[in-house]
Amino acid sequence: MHRYIARRLVMAAAILWFISIAVFVLLRVSPGDPALLQQGINATPEKIAAVHRELGLDRPLVVQYVRWVGQVVRGDLGRSVLTQTSVTEEFRARFPVSLQLMLMTLAWIVLIGIPLGIISAVKRNSPVDYAVRLLAILGLSVPAFWVATLTLMVPAQLWGYAPPLGKQIALWENPIDNLRQFGPASLVLALGPIASIMRLTRSSLLEVLRQDYIRTARAKGLRGRAVIARHALKNALIPVVTVLGLLSAGLLGGAVIIEQIFALRGLGQYIFTSLLQKDFPVAQSLVMYTAAAVVLINLVVDLLYAVLDPRIRYT
Amino acid sequence: MVGQTEARREGVAALALRPAGGALRLRRAWQVARANPLGVLGGLLIATLVVVGLFAPLIAPYPINEFSGLPARGPSAAHLFGTDKFGQDIFSRVVHGARISLEVGFLAVGIGTVVGMAIGILSGYMGGVVDAVVQRCVDTAIAFPQLILLLVVIRVLGPSITNVILVVAIGIIPGVARVVRGAVLSERQNQYVEAARATGASGARIMLRHIAPNVLPLGIVIATTLLGSAILAEASLSFLGLGVPPPNPSWGADISASRTSFPINTWAALFPGLAISLTVLGFNLLGDALRDVLDPRLRGAR
Repeated sequence: MHRYIARRLVMAAAILWFISIAVFVLLRVSPGDPALLQQGINATPEKIAAVHRELGLDRPLVVQYVRWVGQVVRGDLGRSVLTQTSVTEEFRARFPVSLQLMLMTLAWIVLIGIPLGIISAVKRNSPVDYAVRLLAILGLSVPAFWVATLTLMVPAQLWGYAPPLGKQIALWENPIDNLRQFGPASLVLALGPIASIMRLTRSSLLEVLRQDYIRTARAKGLRGRAVIARHALKNALIPVVTVLGLLSAGLLGGAVIIEQIFALRGLGQYIFTSLLQKDFPVAQSLVMYTAAAVVLINLVVDLLYAVLDPRIRYT
Repeated sequence: MVGQTEARREGVAALALRPAGGALRLRRAWQVARANPLGVLGGLLIATLVVVGLFAPLIAPYPINEFSGLPARGPSAAHLFGTDKFGQDIFSRVVHGARISLEVGFLAVGIGTVVGMAIGILSGYMGGVVDAVVQRCVDTAIAFPQLILLLVVIRVLGPSITNVILVVAIGIIPGVARVVRGAVLSERQNQYVEAARATGASGARIMLRHIAPNVLPLGIVIATTLLGSAILAEASLSFLGLGVPPPNPSWGADISASRTSFPINTWAALFPGLAISLTVLGFNLLGDALRDVLDPRLRGAR
């Protein structure tokens, strides 16, 4: 087990190193000069050169890369070219927004997706099952950005209602306004994942219900509900937990489109604007952070797997 | 109960896979279709869409990118879906949008599947160092949040239709490579591979002439299930302003444009979104059905 963890950690480090090179190179070869963006189109060549020197852009790429990696490893995410603000500080301000969005989205997924999946499996081939499956395939087909757009437009056109989008409100400052911001956003963001978790729970539970030990449990006279709750679900939910882990890893990096539409100042929106503006100190650090979150949560999920299912032993 | 439907499905799958000729083939196609009404529905949706896309200039009542009526109005006899904030006919734009969506979807999935299959076959058949390196690259690509990957790459290439196709294709490659590699690993244990090797066939020949045809059905199934998400990816990129550039009509970009309409005109967002949803739904239904019929191993895999 320890050797397995060690090997996985080495592999995770290798993957992150690989990603860091890819991100660095990709952002450097993309068109656009951050110094030009910062100084405007009337900047003199001398001024541009000065900015390049200040940012270290006149040094060889390898030097720039090593310097950046050194910074990131020490926990310094760098400084924005455009606004001169510290990325670490901006990150601290935005992280809670993406975290709250992620937690609320996960809550919807767990509260809606799993129960519907269970009902669908238990009442297999009943009208309820068909309805749930139809909903699931619809949920996978409808683009979230469209539902989000309509969520804002329809109430605005019909009743002139708009959620408070002007500024970011913390939960403890004004819970109601905060939930008016995050509630619709998280629910829309959850739609697709709810559908896939529903399908996964259903197929996984059906698989388990076919097994011998379930027949044994029924044969010894346990009621149907007890069999499902105490015997079947424990095993059926293992793959569901895995997928939930992966989903939350993706969400921790921020939801680019939903944050953009609902004007939530989270990490996804930050990555998007930095990419658009070619503010690459910001972009490369944030992309690295997202990758690290995904790789590490992947690892944790794999290890959790062994805890949840004693049959799995890593060597 | 469970066993019965499963058995019937396996039977249908066997029917579909067995080569047949003429009238018999038609009858079998009918049986497969009857067992998968949802798949047929998906197929019909896609067929309609392809027809609309092909004949877009004949179907659309107004030219696109031109003023054709009062701006930001709801549906009327003259404008079936209403008009957008520039006074363009939304119905005509949605009809032309089908063309772009399908073009990007089919080309991206085609390129992505072919390249992914090539990588998967190479990696699975060669094994050793090649396999290890390729699989770590695939791990990396899969670990990465898809949309951010697409955004970074499109930022490098710049938005154009060709680049959107390339970017979406790149997003598809790792997943295809992984599944195909798995299939090749079991495929190369078969005797026909051994027989080919015994007759002196080269590695390249075995991969191309013997293994590739046998993993092709799997590739087709994966490609169908991916078409929906490819079209969603294009729409998302266009929505963010980094996809299909104007003046090309794109459903995603049109939804984005509707957000700044004044007065608010929900119709301008509703119809392009419905078009995306129906398209993706069609591909999802078709993909699910194809997977059930052609490849029972993948059933419930998604």
